[in-house]
This record gives sequence, structure tokens and C-alpha cells, in this order.
Amino acid sequence: MSVLLTAVVTLGVIGAGSAAILYLIGQKFKVEEDPRIQEVQDVLPAANCGGCGFPGCASFASACVKADTLEGLNCPVGGQATMDKVARILGQAAPVAVKKIAVVRCNGTCEHRPRINLYDGASNCTIAAALYGGDTGCSFGCLGLGDCEASCTFDAIHINPETMLPEVVEDKCTACGACVKACPKDIIELRKQGPKSRRIYVSCVNEEKGGVARKSCEVACIGCSKCQQACPFEAITIENNLAYINDDKCRLCRKCVPVCPTNSILELNFPPRKDKSPKEEKATVDA
Amino acid sequence: MLKTFRIGGIHPKEQKVSAGNAIQPIAIPNQVIIPLAQHIGAPCQPVVKKGDTVKVGTLIGKSVGFVSANIHSSVSGTVLKLDKTMDASGYRRDAVFIKVEGDEWEESIDRSPDLKKECNLSPGEILDKIAAAGIVGMGGATFPTHVKLTPPPGSRPEILIINGVECEPWLTSDHRLMMERTEEIMVGTTIVMKALNVDKAIIGIENNKKDAIEKFGKCAEAYPGISVEALKVQYPQGGEKQLIDALIGRQVPSGALPISVGAVVQNVGTVLAIYEAVQKNKPLVERVVTVTGKDVKLPCNILSRVGIPAANLIDAAGGLPETTGKIVSGGPMMGKALASIDVPVTKGTSGILLIPTLEAKRKAMKDCIRCAKCISVCPMGLNPTLLMNLTEFEVWDQAEKHRIADCIECGSCSYTCPADRPLLDHIRLGKGRVNTIIRNRKTNA
Repeated sequence: MSVLLTAVVTLGVIGAGSAAILYLIGQKFKVEEDPRIQEVQDVLPAANCGGCGFPGCASFASACVKADTLEGLNCPVGGQATMDKVARILGQAAPVAVKKIAVVRCNGTCEHRPRINLYDGASNCTIAAALYGGDTGCSFGCLGLGDCEASCTFDAIHINPETMLPEVVEDKCTACGACVKACPKDIIELRKQGPKSRRIYVSCVNEEKGGVARKSCEVACIGCSKCQQACPFEAITIENNLAYINDDKCRLCRKCVPVCPTNSILELNFPPRKDKSPKEEKATVDA
Repeated sequence: MLKTFRIGGIHPKEQKVSAGNAIQPIAIPNQVIIPLAQHIGAPCQPVVKKGDTVKVGTLIGKSVGFVSANIHSSVSGTVLKLDKTMDASGYRRDAVFIKVEGDEWEESIDRSPDLKKECNLSPGEILDKIAAAGIVGMGGATFPTHVKLTPPPGSRPEILIINGVECEPWLTSDHRLMMERTEEIMVGTTIVMKALNVDKAIIGIENNKKDAIEKFGKCAEAYPGISVEALKVQYPQGGEKQLIDALIGRQVPSGALPISVGAVVQNVGTVLAIYEAVQKNKPLVERVVTVTGKDVKLPCNILSRVGIPAANLIDAAGGLPETTGKIVSGGPMMGKALASIDVPVTKGTSGILLIPTLEAKRKAMKDCIRCAKCISVCPMGLNPTLLMNLTEFEVWDQAEKHRIADCIECGSCSYTCPADRPLLDHIRLGKGRVNTIIRNRKTNA
């Protein structure tokens, strides 16, 4: 009996002593952490995608808590709802973030852009881009090997096997920017999603002179500046033989789309156009 | 037993079918396109404009920056335009388009075939002439030669190694040069020895070129300090570090240049170009290109001016075989597939290889079976399969630790892999990234 008692008492004393030491050390080296960091982290999506510009959700949470205002801090994955929750925890006003979406600025499908050679190396855009200009005459366009698809953690971008171009799934895209970074040709851009998901953009990144660009791809931007002249809001700039629509200035009037001789400006999610004569069109603008 | 490098290496089928065919000239077309970036380093600044008249040897592109090389007109005629042209990799880069009229050379160039042995110039003057002539490494890497011959401060060259290995299968351009221009290469060697202030040179030739070894052996008797060494046939013996190891048994440390073990390596083609530049004032405007392949009717070695389209050379070799699936600029191991046959010959085009579709097609990648063949053939003692995985998962610090930057991109790993894994493709990508990281660290430090 006494053997048992001795063991229990000894272990009990050792246990209590260790607990006391641990407690004291714990007190001594305690790291003061703002409890709100954990609260903020709990409302974040926990995707750790890096779309906010921070290494992960935890560092974004601590940045939010430390910052004086939430201006400039945005979780693209959670969107406005998440940022509202974060703002409530911190007792601050939530900034109104513009919803963005990834846009693929190349329309060089197999039909529009004939293949002039075959690539059978490693199936990776970055490797192919380091080796050569690509299997079409356009050395700027999409290589179609799917680095963007591999980089997406939200299953929101896929290579269409028919066109060999990536397509963005609008409902899933969180504008985290992973595909933008993954693309070695800088084709993907984050643009404003726009009201009712309506967007207008130049679907080309070819910086060659018009004739050369046109020769390699039917729908290449040739830098003719017709769209620039048609734009009433000065939203379009031409640089390096390539038109670019500034989505801060663009008011989605769609005037640039029909004037493009190569159909390289795309409009998405608009209702079909009515067949209008130029006169009527003017009348509607005046009204 | 013949010497060779101590670790790794492979022996692909040699296929030197054009070895017995003498170097032949090719007709100059009506127009040539001379790219302004034919070397490693900064592209040239054009010094001619539309409408200018040029002769063979007229400077058209001036080197900018330290690592760069001049570019000269390879024909006489009028400059049509300065525009972009598709280069071998399919990207469009700046080039000078020249309409050919006659074949008039600059007066300063000595075109007589006489051998000129004496060279009374100082090392500095020799280097200036090499730089002015725009000479680059003719083995394919196209590193500006005058930079390579300027040892960094604190290092002293002890021995000159002349690379007559030509370890790539199919290629025979260096072999033909060694057979037909033996004396000139010898004199060129003495000039480089003078420029470097060394008294010893070894010419390394692989044992599949017995005629060249014999010819050089006889010729070398008249030149003190120069010896000829036959080497066991082993790829990639033409790599600088492998050749130094094979010939003098010294190993270049990781990340260091050959000069750190006192050696400077020059290709035979480069040495010939140096001879012509120093003794004859002839800039680098032409080179020997092997046009060959399994179904090529007339495999040949063509002396081509820079700027002539590859298509013309293929025609001279009996036309494009119908079976062709891939056209490679350079050898089958390290050459690059051409995106178009209209690309011009440049200073680094050692060969044009026409590979039939059946042999050109890469096989589908399978899973690694851990056979370690790639490790046993790597001449740099690396672990290619590990480096490929590290690159795929972007673990750059580990890749650097496992010496990815030491890869010489010889392709032995991909060649030997029984699972057809694109090892080199990935490693090349990772090497580029790691080198950028190392460079950034150096500039920030």
C-alpha cells in the first residue's frame, strides 16, 4: 500500500512543481496579442491565396488590426461582405472596394491564329516562353499550356480544349491575382467587374506594327486608333501599337466595339445590340 | 587509355555523315538579314541607316556595354531598312536588311590565301583587334571573345586549351575546319597564347577525328608549346569544365570561371576567326555551318555569310526532306528548334539539323522510377530529378543549395531518362530563376 502511496505522492509533487514552473515561464514570456487578430482571422476565408498582397490570411488579419484605417486593405476573395465584418470587429468604416475579375486579353483561337509549328516540350507556359515565341506567328499571345489553370486555387480558370485559350468562370473568380502572376506573357489582367458583370476590353497584347500583328492573328489589335477617336470619355490610349481601355474612365458606352476593324475589342454580358442606323444612335445619345 | 572527364557523360550515336565533305561556299542571295543580337550580352546599336551603302566588313552594329560584340556587314550593297525579324527562337528582334549588290570588300581586309605567321602586336593590340572584329565563341555559346581573353584582376592564365572536341552528334563543321585550315588554326593559337601571355597550349580532339589528330600532331611539331591530345569520345566533352578536367585534370570550383584553375578555353572556329581578324583584318562575317540529317540528300559543310536564310542552306543540301519534323539550329543535344526556316544564319549557327518527324517527336512524360540514371550521367555531379522537382515546387533556396546554377544544360539527363521526363526543360527554368535571385542578392548586398 505504501509503495502505491509513495508513487502517487511523488508523481503528484513532480506534476505540481512542473505545472508551477510552466506557469511562471508562461507568464514571463507571454506575448501580448491583440485578441481582435484572431477574431478578424476567423471571418476571413482562410484560402491563404495571397490575393490581398499579404502572405496569408493571418498576416492580413494582423495588418488590418494594426492599420489606422482599412483604406487600401481588401480581401478580394471574401469581397465586400467579409470586409464589412472585419470593419465591424474593428469598429471602423469599411472601404468600398471595387469588385474585380480576371480578364484574358488574347482571343487567338486556333481559328483566328493559325499554328505555324508544333511544341512538344514540357507542358508549362513558363518553360515554353523561355524557349521560344510560341507555336503561332504571334510571340505575345497565349501559349495555351495552362499555367493559369494550375495556379488557380478556386477552380475559376480553365483552358478550353477547342480554342486552347483560358476561360474565366465569373462566379468562381475571386480576383486573387494568382493567374496574373503565373502568366509569363502578362496576358491576364484584373479589371473592374462592372455593373451586371458588363465589361469592355481590348483582347490583345500584341505590340507589333499593324501589318505584322494582323498577319499572325485575325483578331489582333493593329493600333489603328479608331477606337480612341470613337471614345467620348478619353478612356482609350494607344501605346506600342496597342490600344488599352482604362476601366476607371470607361463608361461602357460600347462605341469602340463596332469601329474596331479586327474585332479585337470584346464586350461581355451586354444585351444584344439593336440594329440601329447611325442617326438613331445619335438621337439616343442626345436624349 | 585515352583521357576523358571523370564523372558522368553519355555516348550518343555519332552520325557524323558529313565529315568527309569539304567545306563549300554558298551563293549569296539578293537580300540578307543581319540580326543585331548575335551574342550573349547587350544587343548592338545600329550605326547605319536606310539607303547607306555598305561593303563586306563595314561596321553596321556597334557594341554597347562590356559584354557585347560588334557586327559587320557580310555583303556589299544598300541598307534596305532597319526592322525586326524573327530570330531562331520565334521572337522578333532588331535586324539590318541589306540588298546585295556585287561582292565588294573593305580595302583593309587582306583576302589573299597566304599564311601570315608573324604577329608583332602587343597583347593589348591583339585584344583590340579581336574586339573590333566582333568575334564571339563559335562553338555555339557566342560569348564575346575579347571579354573571355581579358582575365579578371587577380587571376593569371597558365594554359590555353583549344577545343576541337565537337562532341555533338551530326556536326562536322569544326572537324572540316581542322582538316582544311590546320596551319591557320595553329597560328591563331600562337596569337591567343601571346595575348594571354601563356607558353603552353593543348589542342583537345576526340578520337573519332583521327585524321585531324594526325594532321595537327604533325603540324604542332613546328610550334613550340603547343601539343595535341586525343580524347575518348564522350559527350559533353566540349563543355569548358569537362574539357579542362579531361586534359589537365583540374576541376573548376562551383560557380567559378575556368580562369580560377588557370585555364582559358577557345573553340577551333574562334581561333581561326582570331587569326583572320588579327593577321588579315577580317571581321567575323562568315562561318561554317553543317547541314545534315537522316534523310538529307547531300549532307554538307557550307561556308555561309552571316544573314543568309537557313532555307537557302537547306536547298544547297538537296532541299527539305518530306519527312522533316523538326529543324534544329546547332547539334541534336544542345541545339534549339527553329520556329521558321527563314531565320538567318548568325555567328553561333554551327549546324542545321533536319530531324524526321518520327524521331523528333517527344514521348509523353511518365512517372520517375528512381533509377538514378540521370544522376550517373550528369557531368556536373548534380541530381537532375531532384532539381526538376525543386523547380516545379519553386523551392529556390534548396535548388540553389543543390547547385542548380552549375548546370551546363548539356541535356544528358533528358537523353538518358527512361521515363522521358523533361528534366532539362525544368532545370533550365529553375537555373534562370536562381541566377536572378543570386544576382539580386549581390546587387543588394
